[in-house]
Amino acid sequence: MSNSKESNYDTQWPLWEVFTQPRDGKPHEHAGSLHAPDAEKALENARDVYARRKEAVNIWVVQTEDITASTPEDQGPFFDPANDKPYRYPKFYNPPRAVKKRS
Amino acid sequence: MDEQEKQQEFQEKIDSGITIEPKDWMPERYRSQLIRMMSQHAHSEVVGMLPEGNWITRAPSLRRKMILLSKVQDEAGHGLYLYSATETLGTTREKVIDDLLEGKAKYSSIFNYPTLTWADVMVIGWLVDGAAIINQTMLARSSYGPYSRAMVRICKEESFHKKQGYEMVATMAQGTPEQQEMVQDAVNRWWWPTMMMFGPHDDDSPNSAELIKWGVKSKTNDELRQSFVDRHVEEAKAVGIEIPDPELEFNEETGHYDFGEIDWDEFWNVVKGNGPMNRERMKAKREAHENGEWVREAAEEYARKQKLSKEKAS
Ligand SMILES: [Fe+2]
Ligand SMILES: [Fe+2]
Repeated sequence: MSNSKESNYDTQWPLWEVFTQPRDGKPHEHAGSLHAPDAEKALENARDVYARRKEAVNIWVVQTEDITASTPEDQGPFFDPANDKPYRYPKFYNPPRAVKKRS
Repeated sequence: MDEQEKQQEFQEKIDSGITIEPKDWMPERYRSQLIRMMSQHAHSEVVGMLPEGNWITRAPSLRRKMILLSKVQDEAGHGLYLYSATETLGTTREKVIDDLLEGKAKYSSIFNYPTLTWADVMVIGWLVDGAAIINQTMLARSSYGPYSRAMVRICKEESFHKKQGYEMVATMAQGTPEQQEMVQDAVNRWWWPTMMMFGPHDDDSPNSAELIKWGVKSKTNDELRQSFVDRHVEEAKAVGIEIPDPELEFNEETGHYDFGEIDWDEFWNVVKGNGPMNRERMKAKREAHENGEWVREAAEEYARKQKLSKEKAS
């Protein structure tokens, strides 16, 4: 190859995660990721990549390495505390019928 | 859990339609096959900008120019969705781009054919994007979450690509004799390369069975090709375009069109790098990469300095 370097490896800029709010009043949702040198550029790139057709009224960007996520391995134990609390659901209760009907 | 139990659990998840997410356990081969397939798909979107980009400055009207610009920009977006999705599997953007520029990774052979006239742009929209939609609609149900989500996004945008192409084909097919000849000539040149986009016959496609077992694909190459033919032959008829296949015939029994055999020598020849435009496309990609190097470096340096001065100020 004509390239003077041994390979084409060079910077592609850090990775960012993009969250878009589809409409006013809706929560932000993960759209995907992209590369950008800084936050300002990341926002502009996010607009061009993930909102070419008004898919967003607002965008958040955050560097991927700053995100902490729970892991699939501890899916069980980590969410366990919610497993044995049926009284957190309306189905757990049995009020008199008349009251039930009106609600 | 040993490897075999993990494999079995993984397969059970796939069989019951559970989506695989980046941090879930997956067989090494599932991972490597997906990296290969998804990066190849990303490269195809990006290289696919070149044949159409060739005509942006010579579009016949401002309307057509805006449409084409927008379509080509979408293809860049598709490439970016897919590169990002590929990176969730643990590879890097640097690595996949390097593989493309070094010729280690492939991209769809369809983009190794030249766009000789404006009619080629029309026919690419109709046939090539039409074929892509059939493939991508299937992949939108792929077992790998980030791939499937990228595909859903892409599919939403593709239908405009096909429609604008088909609209132009329909318009030109009713034009002057010269225009009719021009669009028919483009169809004659693009039909067979488009048929090849679905890949080798099922018997010659060693990866196919595995990808279906893993829920990455849900249809074979030949099944996808058949739905492409059935749909596009009808569309061709509707606008008075002839499909350049003398063996094309509706089969009452199967309810599908029978069609002639693809020239597989041509297919493999283009895959191996000897198509009319392989060299040209790779040269364009390498030049774009090299000419963009200072921009990438400058932007990074600017970001570093901005950060530094912010830190000093606080
Ligand atoms: Fe595309
Ligand atoms: Fe497209």
